[in-house]
Amino acid sequence: MSWFKRIKEGITTSTKEKKETPEGLWHKCPTCKTIIPTKDHETHMYVCTECGHHDRIGSAEYFEILFDDNRFEELDADLKSDDPLQFIDTKKYTDRVRETEKKTGLKDAIRTAGGDIDGQAIIVACMDFKFIGGSMGSVVGEKISRAIDHALNKKVPLMIISKSGGARMMEAAFSLMQMAKTSAKLTLLADARLPYISLLTDPTTGGVTASYAMLGDFNIAEPGALIGFAGPRVVKETIGKDLPKGFQTAEFVLEHGFLDFIVDRRELKSKISTLLRMLKN
Amino acid sequence: MNFLDFEKPIADLLDQIDKQKQIGEKSQVDVSVSVRQLELRLAEVRKDIYSKLNPWQRVQLSRHPDRPYTNAYIEYLTEKEFIELHGDRTVKDDKAIVGGFGTIEGRTVMIIGQQKGTTTKQRQYRNFGMANPEGYRKALRLMKLAEKFGKPVITFIDTPGAFPGLEAEERGQGEAIARNLFEMARLKVPVICIIIGEGASGGALGIGIGDRVYMLENTWYSVISPESCSSILWRSWDYKEKAAEVLKLTAEDMLRLKLIDGIIREPLGGAHSFPEEMFKIVKKEIISNLNELGKISADDLVKMRIEKFSSMGVVRN
Ligand SMILES: [Zn+2]
Repeated sequence: MSWFKRIKEGITTSTKEKKETPEGLWHKCPTCKTIIPTKDHETHMYVCTECGHHDRIGSAEYFEILFDDNRFEELDADLKSDDPLQFIDTKKYTDRVRETEKKTGLKDAIRTAGGDIDGQAIIVACMDFKFIGGSMGSVVGEKISRAIDHALNKKVPLMIISKSGGARMMEAAFSLMQMAKTSAKLTLLADARLPYISLLTDPTTGGVTASYAMLGDFNIAEPGALIGFAGPRVVKETIGKDLPKGFQTAEFVLEHGFLDFIVDRRELKSKISTLLRMLKN
Repeated sequence: MNFLDFEKPIADLLDQIDKQKQIGEKSQVDVSVSVRQLELRLAEVRKDIYSKLNPWQRVQLSRHPDRPYTNAYIEYLTEKEFIELHGDRTVKDDKAIVGGFGTIEGRTVMIIGQQKGTTTKQRQYRNFGMANPEGYRKALRLMKLAEKFGKPVITFIDTPGAFPGLEAEERGQGEAIARNLFEMARLKVPVICIIIGEGASGGALGIGIGDRVYMLENTWYSVISPESCSSILWRSWDYKEKAAEVLKLTAEDMLRLKLIDGIIREPLGGAHSFPEEMFKIVKKEIISNLNELGKISADDLVKMRIEKFSSMGVVRN
């Protein structure tokens, strides 16, 4: 069943989203230093054609990659963070949020949307790393919680694309409790036997790893993504020596049994589409 | 006895009282009047110090070396009728988390908690209360066991965090904690969680999803320790007092923010000064909560538990 047959006309879609990629005509791969036209890089979904390096991209790019014709209905787009603790470190939290909003055009570190993947309705929640390091605060938790409600109401699968440094310290214990909140809500999705696909992208660490990112019916990841609970610097300090090569990469996490598979971004849509179809047939 | 900096006036008075008593014994002079005066003074000083603790002092108290740990509570609550159960059935037995069936006033409960050590050797053996994934998986195995036999679960939380080691990452620390949050949310028996010391982040939350979540008066619970918060936000270790303040990590803050269900008062002078009294208070709380929760059906418990955690967070529309 398609998403757009279900909803009233006229609520929908935005195609001209801001792109996370830097301005400029040429793109240089950070790994193999290959230079190609930025336009081509976009066409390749920000994956290096030479070495397969996956650039960090945001929700706008993932929505475009996944949803048919980039058509989707953004959900709960107006939710914004509050400042329940009146948190001030080197600057006020409210100022930090306002500045980040201005700089990124985003309202928080996640966007949620309903749409179709090869005609199959799905809700996708996608984190944006450029919004305070993709940190999880009340808005992230609430949007995921509501995305689960939408999935339950519409009886459609859920996909969450994680990309986060972990907790949003400026929301302290509220941030911590988003781990509890999202995990608790996911039990309802499980009870309803609706599929939940968790895609872990670079980086997925801290409280996000220790909650919804690791709770998928399918935990999948992009190649080379940093995935862990403790950050590599902390682990290094703990053991007092250098970390082994490839530690906490997606490949490492797959090898240790915590991922179902690693997927090249250029095959992401077709893999998800196939999986959804298999679950239905 | 160990004393924190701000407890020094108490230490001095206790010392003076001791000395007076010794003089009394040795010289058979009647010291009862001066002892009584000193004791009155001690009570005043205690009240003075403990009625205006700042957040950082609470953090220090939560880590007080004389503070009772999980095993001490278990021993008192169950009057030693406790059968410890070991292992996660997959990798090993994590010593940082203990658990087992125990009897509290004739009632069988599953008790699980982080255990810190009381001596240097014990501290190492217990990994300072920092669990590896197998600790969380042992905890979950025991909770499922409790569910199977319809026994309530009580968790004692006291950890500086989940262990951030190399093997912990290899064995899926994140997955282990996430799984516990998920499964605890829908556990079909009453769950009571009590923070008895440090409630550091995901490591604490990993056994912290309950129908009732309480904090003892002199404990802290947050997403990060004040020290780490200081180092990240101010790029220096020197702002831990400030960090303790802004994190709003005390029991009072957490109750005001509706992130916990209640505060369990400590005896004046703290749990570490009067552990027996502390045990008594905790026992009373546990029994009254077990009675209340026992009246609610399993399905309603789960529903209310999920609703409670789902409502946490503050956003603007
Ligand atoms: Zn390359």
